[in-house]
Amino acid sequence: MKPEQRTSWALAAPVLALLLWCVAYPNITIIAGSFAHGLGYWREFAHSPSDREALRTTLEVAFGSVVAATAVGLPLAFVLSRVEFRGRRLLQAFAMLPAALPPLVGVIAFLFLYGESGVVTRAVQRGLHLAEPPWRLTGVWAIIFVHAYTMYVYVFLFVSAGLERLDGTLDEAAAGLGASTQFRLRKVTLPLVTPALAGSMLLVFMSALGSFSAPYIFGGGLRVLSTQVVASKLNGSMGMAYVETTVMAIAAVGALLLLRWFERRRTYALTGKGSNTRIALRGPMAHLAPLLATALVFLLILPHAMIVLVAFARDGTWTTQVLPPQYTLENFTRMARDPQLWTPVRNSLWMTVLATIANILVCFVAAYLLVRRRFAGRGLLQLLVVLPWAIPATAIAIGLASTFDRSAPAQLRLLLVGTFWILPLAYFIRGIPLVTSAVEGSLRQMDPSLEDAARGLGASWWLAMRRVVIPAARPGLAAGATLAAITAVGEFVASIVLYTHANRPISMEILAQLRNLSFGTAAAYSVLLIVLVLLISVAARLLGGRAERVETIPTA
Amino acid sequence: MTGAARLSLDKLTRRFSEKLAVDALSLEIASGELVALMGASGSGKTTTLRMVAGYEPPDSGRVWLEGKDITTRAPRDRGFGMVFQHYALFPHMTVGQNVAFGLEARGVSKSERSARAAAALANVGLEGASPRAIQSLSGGEQQRVALARALVIEPPVLLLDEPLSNLDPNLRRSTRNELRATLRRLHLTALFVTHDQEDAFAVADRVALMQNGRLLQVGAPEELHDNPVSRAVAEFIGRATFVPGEYDGQKVVVHIAGAATALAARAPATVGADVLAVLRPDALAFVKDGGGWAGVVTDRRFAGAQLVYRVRVDERTEIELQSTDRNVREGDRMSVRVVREPVPVVAA
Repeated sequence: MKPEQRTSWALAAPVLALLLWCVAYPNITIIAGSFAHGLGYWREFAHSPSDREALRTTLEVAFGSVVAATAVGLPLAFVLSRVEFRGRRLLQAFAMLPAALPPLVGVIAFLFLYGESGVVTRAVQRGLHLAEPPWRLTGVWAIIFVHAYTMYVYVFLFVSAGLERLDGTLDEAAAGLGASTQFRLRKVTLPLVTPALAGSMLLVFMSALGSFSAPYIFGGGLRVLSTQVVASKLNGSMGMAYVETTVMAIAAVGALLLLRWFERRRTYALTGKGSNTRIALRGPMAHLAPLLATALVFLLILPHAMIVLVAFARDGTWTTQVLPPQYTLENFTRMARDPQLWTPVRNSLWMTVLATIANILVCFVAAYLLVRRRFAGRGLLQLLVVLPWAIPATAIAIGLASTFDRSAPAQLRLLLVGTFWILPLAYFIRGIPLVTSAVEGSLRQMDPSLEDAARGLGASWWLAMRRVVIPAARPGLAAGATLAAITAVGEFVASIVLYTHANRPISMEILAQLRNLSFGTAAAYSVLLIVLVLLISVAARLLGGRAERVETIPTA
Repeated sequence: MTGAARLSLDKLTRRFSEKLAVDALSLEIASGELVALMGASGSGKTTTLRMVAGYEPPDSGRVWLEGKDITTRAPRDRGFGMVFQHYALFPHMTVGQNVAFGLEARGVSKSERSARAAAALANVGLEGASPRAIQSLSGGEQQRVALARALVIEPPVLLLDEPLSNLDPNLRRSTRNELRATLRRLHLTALFVTHDQEDAFAVADRVALMQNGRLLQVGAPEELHDNPVSRAVAEFIGRATFVPGEYDGQKVVVHIAGAATALAARAPATVGADVLAVLRPDALAFVKDGGGWAGVVTDRRFAGAQLVYRVRVDERTEIELQSTDRNVREGDRMSVRVVREPVPVVAA
């Protein structure tokens, strides 16, 4: 074996072993479990009316979310990148706001705003003197409504990036050849952003398919696969939980494969330099646009504002009023005084730090191997790092719960369920695709001859790594670790399956306070979560910003 | 406005924040004429072209096409074909769809579209390329597809932005000749931008030389070479040694190596008595039989059929000349003489 290959394998073997153990093994356990009685569980699934309903509803939610998120995200992306009006920059900055809400927090904000006793609902009811609330936030439509807010960001981001990358001279060339604005949009611009649009739609589909928070809070009696999995597990019918999990995972992986196919087709959109100009609005639209932009900004910021407002509401006082009647700082001061209330915060922080550090170490090696090395097992590694992205968090959690529920060293099983370690492990797994793909992105931008040049100048492999490769990977590490940490600190879906009282994270405490009708305390925790997310982003931006300068020197 | 002009630029001006990108540029292009806008990067030539095409609004000045003021017309209504520097071929369409795009935009029927696109492709030597993917084309083929796409809409004036700059040197030479042949054969009127004087000289009937947003001189290639109106033009076009001298209206007297030499001179009308004589390398030669300016060869460079030598004739003057004599070495003492007169002179 050549020394080059020896290092590759020395690096790859432990990473592959770890990922096989914590990513592949639990999934195999689930699939094997679903066939524990031959096709018995599968037959039961096919004949169970509630499971059929869950499957149908899940697909309705998934497709509905794609339509709704596209209906919001696509026009917004086009308008913000092609039209100039007062308020455009403000709207552009605020358009990303939904991404800054941890999933459970977003759902709660919608509950406070548009729920049966929500502020907007009650204001409309009072305003129109209705005896009943004008709407109920339950069922498929409620879930799709929440998804439209939280998931349009994917469509908006992908399409905006696609438009940004679009070679501006293509549009000029089409105009020069006599094409009208509509003709250019239809024949040139739309076809060119179609791969980006399709990719973002699939991403929405995958996210909506595995979405748990919105169906869990708003579902009412509604069944979807993700909530059905958790219900089956609580009822002790693990066989059914395995089948439901497998179905959900297969649908998500199918969408992922489709997404990869679209990404391969996207290559041509990357050519050329962007010199896109925005059209200035004239006439009445020029006056109307800033108003519309302001209204949209207001709608976007409303959930955040609502959470902050309720965080200062005195628990138990907000009953039938439109707005909470009494305000206090107590919800926050109590958290600082009462160690019981502080525990979830400490837990979430610790588990996030542990998971993120593990992500940084493992994912850097994985990304380095994927970008810079050719070795047998590379395809497997590629699959293992992307799987946790496609597989819904509920499925990951069920896999961990049924694999590491006993100590059996011969089967490579450790008893983790019921211990502190099961949640950091789950967070680590969810962070793998985020950190790996970000680092891969950075390393791909690095000129491959840089590492060879360092080695040619006599640097040891480790010195070349430390002085050349790691600095090049730093922006990706910072960005990926931010995403992983933000996901972990507000994690809810895997946590609800795996937490114990001792290691309960912030999200579980929010849910407990909500059930207790302590809205103020629940909102105070949510505010804390939002602040943590902001702090993590700012810290990473400072780190990543420094790294970016390092990176631009060789290419300048 | 002269009646013969197809395209006329009248005091076009464009300012980007502080900088005057194009400064009151006027230029007339006759029907069937090929004109090159030449200049270094940043000279304003591309901005000028973009104002003609309508992509850039001029701050002041007008663009006339066949006697009509088109200054405020949108690009799509001007009907100019444009060939872009990076070709701007639509990556999601085939070669045929790219070429037919302008016809599709005009609502031409499908059968007529494909017939005319095929004809345009044949015009640029790409028969049968219609079904091919853009990604499968070589750089030279892409350039020709871009040309066909612009030609198919039968533009009153064809605009080309650095059409040859993305090709490697060998391909560039052959494409240059094809381009001129095609434009000539189809009797096209064209305005093209280039920074390369070989491209400009090979393709254009007239060259408009720009610097800092201003037009320095417009004329046939030989005229720019032989009768530069200023030192800037003489420096940009070809190579030259500038020697100070006095001009009396017919002759220029230069002082080199301690001797005064009188040379027949050709000067722009505005020039005064203090001038610079422009000594082109090809207007000079070594002389064996004494006479001329004696000096030491300081540099020798092989350039194919010719060699380029530099000869130091006094402490301030180093003369560059071309010669077919391969036997001269660095350090040799040689004499140099002007063998082709009149020499151009420009204001000092």
